[in-house]
Amino acid sequence: MKTNAIRWSAVVLAGSVLTSGSALAQEDEFIIVQSTTSTEASGLYEHLLPMFQEESGLEVRVVAVGTGQAINNAENCDGDVLLVHAREQEEAFVESGYGVSREPLMYNDFVIVGPPADPAGVAGSSDVVDAMTKIAESQAPFASRGDDSGTHSKELQLWEEAGIDVAGTDGGWYRETGSGMGETLNTGVGMGAYVLTDRATWINYGNKGDYEIAVEGDEAMFNPYGIILVSSDHCENVKTEAGQQFIDWMLSDEGQQAIADYKIDGQQLFFPDADESDS
Amino acid sequence: MHSFAEAFGQAFALIVNFDADLREIVFLSLQVSLTAVLVAAIIGLPFGALLAVSRFPGRGALVVGITALMGLPPVVVGLVVYLLLSNAGVLGPLQLLYTPTAMIIAQALLITPIIAALARQTIEDLNDEYDQQMTLFGLNAIQRLVTLLWEGRFSLMTALLAGFGRAIAEVGAVIVVGGNINHVTRVMTTTIALETAKGNLALALGLGIILVAIAVTVNAMVFALRGTAERAAYA
Repeated sequence: MKTNAIRWSAVVLAGSVLTSGSALAQEDEFIIVQSTTSTEASGLYEHLLPMFQEESGLEVRVVAVGTGQAINNAENCDGDVLLVHAREQEEAFVESGYGVSREPLMYNDFVIVGPPADPAGVAGSSDVVDAMTKIAESQAPFASRGDDSGTHSKELQLWEEAGIDVAGTDGGWYRETGSGMGETLNTGVGMGAYVLTDRATWINYGNKGDYEIAVEGDEAMFNPYGIILVSSDHCENVKTEAGQQFIDWMLSDEGQQAIADYKIDGQQLFFPDADESDS
Repeated sequence: MHSFAEAFGQAFALIVNFDADLREIVFLSLQVSLTAVLVAAIIGLPFGALLAVSRFPGRGALVVGITALMGLPPVVVGLVVYLLLSNAGVLGPLQLLYTPTAMIIAQALLITPIIAALARQTIEDLNDEYDQQMTLFGLNAIQRLVTLLWEGRFSLMTALLAGFGRAIAEVGAVIVVGGNINHVTRVMTTTIALETAKGNLALALGLGIILVAIAVTVNAMVFALRGTAERAAYA
């Protein structure tokens, strides 16, 4: 009797798991947003999307990858909306006809975090190019995303301004992790390296150890996010109307206020940036 | 050591609460991986058995090839399935990318070689053992295959469990083709990856403990089933 019960419960469990596939595939209307790891890891979407969904009845499915991969996925027509932070690449995306237009959505800033020992002596600096020069000169370890993300392209741009050729380094002090923001922070904290990160990810990041913000407040570390509707001229399957509805909400007073309201430990993570005349 | 204690605490709290979000994630993990095992079994078992009993030129190379594919990197499988299912790919019109179905396809591709290769070995050994008897009974090729698969069913369960273990544990393939979309394609492993990225290491480890517990439960159920069936068969 007992073994029979076990046997049947196994069969019933397997059966219920297998047959539930159809229930799960129910089709509400949804759009796919290709976005960045920094916005996902900051928890912003869990704050915003339920509000929008309740109001519009429209489900938003976010795929969070590096900016480079997000743009690539959108070019393959695997998304309706692109929400990333690499202005030049975004403008190129629109110019090439993949996107309708780039709308400024919100911004925050990048910071460099480092160990309290501060081997490069940059703590408290607000001159990022100078700080990065010092890091390179002192050969203090620096962990780079190395993944063609928005943060990575920002970092490469800053190295270039500092006149340092990181492509020529051989993995000594400059270490490319080839992974997302959080993974790179995990690696950087583990090896005592400096890391360039967006402030939102840093605030929400739970494994800080004794790390602190070393460099912040330079205008060059401005981090703007744009939102782009994928063009139906390029991708005929794109859900133009629903995608536009989401973008309109994000740029509306209500959406912008919701972005400003997202705080962790009293700190605001993103600052609304929509063009006043549009809303 | 501190974070291990914290992780067990987190795992315990998660199990006690077992809230709707966690239920959904656990359920989807099981649904995707068990379906993948089913699909891989339907393809892999007959294929492995056929390979075990047939003799043809190039068979050795095929056996080596299938066995080598047991080491397929999940992320490569994910990439191939992504390129096929993408709207820019040949199967784009099916609109399967970023759905649980895409994840099932990827995991089934990943584990079919494992199930086929292990089945091939099992059936080949059985075939050697029963060859004379089956010849004596005058079984044709198809009857032979069915007989061997049936006689080997208990050993073949281990092949299926190996496939299940690989499927439920992998993250590389499902994160590419599923997109780790909240409430749609988020499974145990992709949640662990996300919590790791958020730096919530204890929570990530806690989820990992639950994943292992689920794998243990599934294995225990299969063994219970097998024990019952075995006693019935040889009673």
